[in-house]
Amino acid sequence: MVEVTLWGSLSAVAGGKAKHDIEAKDIRELFRKLAEQYPGIEPWIDRGIAVAIDGTIYRDTWSKELPPGAEIFLLPRLAGG
Amino acid sequence: MNFDPRYSGRNFSSVGTRPIRPDGIDKVTGRARYGADFNMAGQLVGRVLRSPHAHALIKSIDTSKAEKLAGVKAVITAKDLPDLTDGDAAMYDILDNSMARKKALYDGHAVAAVAAIDARTARQALKLIEVDYEVLPHVTDVDEAAQHHAPLINDQVFTEGLEEKPAKPSNVTKRTQFGHGDVHKGFAQADFVIERSFKTEQTHQGYIEPHACVASVNPDGTADLWVCTQGHFVYRQHCAQLLGLEASKLRVTSSEIGGGFGGKTHVWAEPVALALSRKAGRPVKLVMTRDEVFRASGPTSATSIDVKIGAKKDGTITAAEATLRYSCGPYPGSWAEIGAMTAFACYKLENVKTVGYEVLVNRPKTAAYRAPSAPMAAFAVESVVDELAKELGMDAVEFRIKNAAQEGTRSSYGPVYGPIGIGPTLEAVKSHPHMKAPLKANQGRGMACGFWFNFGGQTCTDLNIGMDGTVSLAVGTVDVGGSRASLSLVAAEELGIDYSQVKAVVADTSSLGYNDMTDGSRGTFSSSMATISAARNAIKILKDRAAQMWDIPVEDVTWEKGHAIAKGEKYGNLSPLSLKDIAAASGKTGGPIAGHSELVADGAGVSFATHICDVEVDPETGSTRVIRYTVVQDAGKAVHPTYVEGQYQGGAAQGIGWALNEEYIYGKDGRLQNPGFLDYRIPVCSDLPMIDTQILEIPNPNHPYGVRGVGETSIVPPLAAIANAVSNAVGVRMTHIPMSPPRILAALDAEREG
Repeated sequence: MVEVTLWGSLSAVAGGKAKHDIEAKDIRELFRKLAEQYPGIEPWIDRGIAVAIDGTIYRDTWSKELPPGAEIFLLPRLAGG
Repeated sequence: MNFDPRYSGRNFSSVGTRPIRPDGIDKVTGRARYGADFNMAGQLVGRVLRSPHAHALIKSIDTSKAEKLAGVKAVITAKDLPDLTDGDAAMYDILDNSMARKKALYDGHAVAAVAAIDARTARQALKLIEVDYEVLPHVTDVDEAAQHHAPLINDQVFTEGLEEKPAKPSNVTKRTQFGHGDVHKGFAQADFVIERSFKTEQTHQGYIEPHACVASVNPDGTADLWVCTQGHFVYRQHCAQLLGLEASKLRVTSSEIGGGFGGKTHVWAEPVALALSRKAGRPVKLVMTRDEVFRASGPTSATSIDVKIGAKKDGTITAAEATLRYSCGPYPGSWAEIGAMTAFACYKLENVKTVGYEVLVNRPKTAAYRAPSAPMAAFAVESVVDELAKELGMDAVEFRIKNAAQEGTRSSYGPVYGPIGIGPTLEAVKSHPHMKAPLKANQGRGMACGFWFNFGGQTCTDLNIGMDGTVSLAVGTVDVGGSRASLSLVAAEELGIDYSQVKAVVADTSSLGYNDMTDGSRGTFSSSMATISAARNAIKILKDRAAQMWDIPVEDVTWEKGHAIAKGEKYGNLSPLSLKDIAAASGKTGGPIAGHSELVADGAGVSFATHICDVEVDPETGSTRVIRYTVVQDAGKAVHPTYVEGQYQGGAAQGIGWALNEEYIYGKDGRLQNPGFLDYRIPVCSDLPMIDTQILEIPNPNHPYGVRGVGETSIVPPLAAIANAVSNAVGVRMTHIPMSPPRILAALDAEREG
């Protein structure tokens, strides 16, 4: 079980809650379970969500494991120049 | 990904040295081939007809006269680019931006295009195209566009991110919010609170090379595109999707690039050139004029930002709040969102809140510009931080050091930081001789901090070892800032050979797996990771070949300093085999030797910079000269320090132009009044002082060599550092960028008038 924090706009489509306890071993499973629980989140996942694990931002490595007790923070997937 | 990206703390032989750039001779002798330097047999000249109106319904387009003109081979409108986007709203916007479908949404929006045997005929043909417009009310100012009574740009847009779905459409496409703690409580604890509003005008990346491409679509469905881009694989994906081509049949070759800075991460003319070629049955070359680059490519946002920061008497910030409104052009974007995330990222804050609003305006579609959105947010925040330090009677650097984020700090955008470099950059600035140099009359000094995320992404690299022992490295990230040199250094480091033995090239889209574009300061970070991985895979093969040559088990072979070594006393008589020895024998040991890598380079470390700037302001004319400038920035590990210094200097130079002169100026008619370098003034060498640099190296734990991105962070602090310097020089807080002479004089007059 990991505690996941959603940024402001995303929490609006996840029942208005910023913090969620999810049983997920990696980013892929985390996204799947969030989408099962909150279908409104699916378009956001399609558009791109980055996952910060203990401060390190992962944008595409969906196989990245979520260590127990790690700080998991969802962020928008941003553009660079 | 079977690759361990963790930092290993190794010593370096090649990395960190400064060999001459591999593309230097070609560039100074004019041999380098840029976008407009490519030609194909039988090619036609493409030209685009653009809307003269900021906002207009396209009632009809009559191309019949143009089609009849001798020498015209194809005329296209949006009908020749049917909507194949299948509900993908972002792709539809790219399609509509390439060629207006129902409405022209800004001055310069493409409405039709021709391909003709020469430029003269193409220009004549454009004049023969008759467009019947119904001109609509327009809005170009970000604050005006956000008002309820503003002309609506898209009546299908309802503000996202509000607690309740709005009943009416709006030009405000999205609200986003970041932060933690309770800002009301924090402000109540403050002894001093400063609150100010700021504006920044829209600027262009100002790359010297205009957009250019040659497109050739064949009847069998194959196609070639030679183009100046930051990401040829992304261009392939987008163009293939927009034109209904199979991606594998569209080969995109990137040219040398005369600057991109984010502006060449987006297709503009390329789908049009392909559509013209498809219709004409001949190659089409399309080169934007400078006027078109300004009017119809993607500048950065204009912004309007409110900042409020409170602090205790001891200098502890108790609360920080910002509301940021960013223009997106006529299509939704996420520019204010990035500003909201980066605004307070330098600081350790218990109570922080940022809210971003994305605003549609009748201007060109906003595109990324080097650390997009961060410089404007930093300008507003760092101005208030400076003013608050003064109010507290604290030194500006000491105040920032006291409140700087550090490892373990919860960032203002959410996650907790790992090892970061904001503190060290501030300490370096504090002890820098620049801070103690005397100033003369009418001169002022300013300093400011900046933050950028840096990104990684999908990356694919091939490393091929020739039979003569030289190495060719094929990468898929376009070299915008010296990555061919830095990646050659990395390959040399990993293989244990000399830099001169490695030649890096940017491969076309048919020769290598997919690569994300060179953006987010990812070129060297990502492709060096893939290069290390590819080199390690090649070393496995080299060891296997050496084992064959020696007829010993491969487990007994190690790789050290460019040589295979047979380990153990029983092999005492075996001399090491060099990479060259093994390569020479490769034909008889299993054929070519190569290393390949495909990976997602994630975990790019965030980076910070602190800049110092001295200016002199002429109080009679309001003209400002930057007389001294120093950049201190964390690079993680500077692979090629000269290029890193160049990135630092380049960011500062662009920031100086943005801060003092550059500005899109629109008339009341919604038309851009200064689409050229005579009236839109970017700094030239004589405008700039020598920009001093200091590289700090706080290793990124998620890269084997500790590399962080370096290309973007350097443009984040300049607007603020220069604004603080000008404000200190004239004794008036400057709140509107650019601080052009008329704006400075107006601020001085306003101050005098009280």
